[in-house]
Amino acid sequence: METILFNIFAVLAVLSALLVVVNPLSRNPVTSAMFLVTTMISVSGLFVLLNAYFLAAVQILVYAGAVMVLFLFVIMLLDVQETARRKLRIVSLVMGFVAVGALFGVYKSSIDATYETAGQDSHALGQAEEIVDADGDVVVGSTQALGKELFSHEGGFILPFEIVSILLLVAMIGAILLSKKELR
Amino acid sequence: MPEFITELLNNHAWLMVAIKVLGVFAVVMPMVAYSVVAERRISAFIQDRVGPNRVGIPFTKIKLLGLGQPLADGLKSFLKEDFTPGHVKRVFYWMAPAVSMIPSFVVFAVIPFGSVLGAQKMVIADLNVGILFTFGIVSLGVYGVVLAGYASNSKYPFLGGIRSSAQMISYEIAMGMAVVPVFMLAADPTWREGLPAESEWNAYLDGTGLLNLSSVVAYQSDGLFSWLIFKQPIAFCIFLIAIFAETNRLPFDLPESETELVAGYNTEYSSMRFALFFMGEYAAMIAGSALMVVLFCGGWTLPIDGFNTPAQSLGMGVLHILVFIGKIAVFLGLMIWVRWMLPRFRYDQLMNIGWKRFLPLSLANIILTAIVLWATA
Repeated sequence: METILFNIFAVLAVLSALLVVVNPLSRNPVTSAMFLVTTMISVSGLFVLLNAYFLAAVQILVYAGAVMVLFLFVIMLLDVQETARRKLRIVSLVMGFVAVGALFGVYKSSIDATYETAGQDSHALGQAEEIVDADGDVVVGSTQALGKELFSHEGGFILPFEIVSILLLVAMIGAILLSKKELR
Repeated sequence: MPEFITELLNNHAWLMVAIKVLGVFAVVMPMVAYSVVAERRISAFIQDRVGPNRVGIPFTKIKLLGLGQPLADGLKSFLKEDFTPGHVKRVFYWMAPAVSMIPSFVVFAVIPFGSVLGAQKMVIADLNVGILFTFGIVSLGVYGVVLAGYASNSKYPFLGGIRSSAQMISYEIAMGMAVVPVFMLAADPTWREGLPAESEWNAYLDGTGLLNLSSVVAYQSDGLFSWLIFKQPIAFCIFLIAIFAETNRLPFDLPESETELVAGYNTEYSSMRFALFFMGEYAAMIAGSALMVVLFCGGWTLPIDGFNTPAQSLGMGVLHILVFIGKIAVFLGLMIWVRWMLPRFRYDQLMNIGWKRFLPLSLANIILTAIVLWATA
């Protein structure tokens, strides 16, 4: 059952991601945006299969529900016309393949590293299991465990978390400053 | 129950889920139909008219206060010509009504609409991240309206679509922030020790996380004043108003606003496609009311013995579901009443209320709740 669902979501995600950029039927930016939404929803389906319910819900809430709606809003307000077909350039094609290959290498090495540390064969790891910590709380997929991990001082990610939030704050202030003419 | 049915249900867990889905659908669809009738009758009452009171059982003289109206309305929608204007973007034009209707129904998947019937919990998917799932799905609801506005490819629907995308995003933020204090209270596991029927609740909530909606219901089972409407009145007000904005109801129906935009995003739609938008709106109202009941008004519990613990018998289980439906009906009545009492906001007023009033207020409410929790801990 899980394998079937994985295949469905994976194929959907890849296919609609492809259709975002190379859609043979339409060059309409709104179509691309809608396919991006389906990509995000299928990716959140993959998160559910990995027991990461929190990530799945947040993926839909933030990306599909908020970011993409703003994308659509901007596309519609700016009235972006259908973009003309551009000729493929050899340089960009090569660069694209190099980038994809490098990314694939990174994923491959990180997956290999996970298998080694887990000390399990690849099939057993693929199946979602409940991993329990010292207090008996479920670690994988539980929102509580994620919160503990993010906000604890020792061994947690509180510093990177705060840095990321400051980055977001800077971006927000920047956006306001750029759009408010009287503030300049 | 016959032997083979029990065996079938034990071997195929999805069958029970399918039965629950069908059950919820079978209750929600008539509720949608009859909330439309209620809307028309109540609006008529408020405006000192009669309203639809004629249609009864077909081919007889029984009128039943016009309760046959949904049948006639549905038949009318099906038989009308399904006209597709020549200037629309076809694919999106076809998709939009479905896209606007699906999210409102999917929300019901995580809402605990009763305690237990037999051994079955009366919730389709008892997700640990129930509330996040709800907000995720609610946030997808905007696509139907935006796509309808875009696909119609004419001025007024387009303006309606643009308005709705800005409006729904703004109010989603206030809505999400309003719910945070609810979970600050309900996600603290210590309250379970003081419940009147602690062991039953613990068995009922076994294995559910703290962002789960059933656990919020359990939190509110300890008497009338443990309802979060009394503990978090500010959060409740913000949430209620945000639900009005999310469901595009007056006083926030700017995507539709007949006086300026003809009929807004659904101007170019006719027959059953228009009816789908309509049903989507009412289903969203019911889902919003259900959320308010679960989060703030005790869910299926009542502060009476027998109604504040998971059901021990089938009869009590059914009664719990009826209590839940009754509470939803109260909120539906409120939404309809408000629609015919208040004028529409101006668009800048809408944005001001959302961003400059509700967002700071809900943030202040979070901080206040945190301080109170910290001081009393």
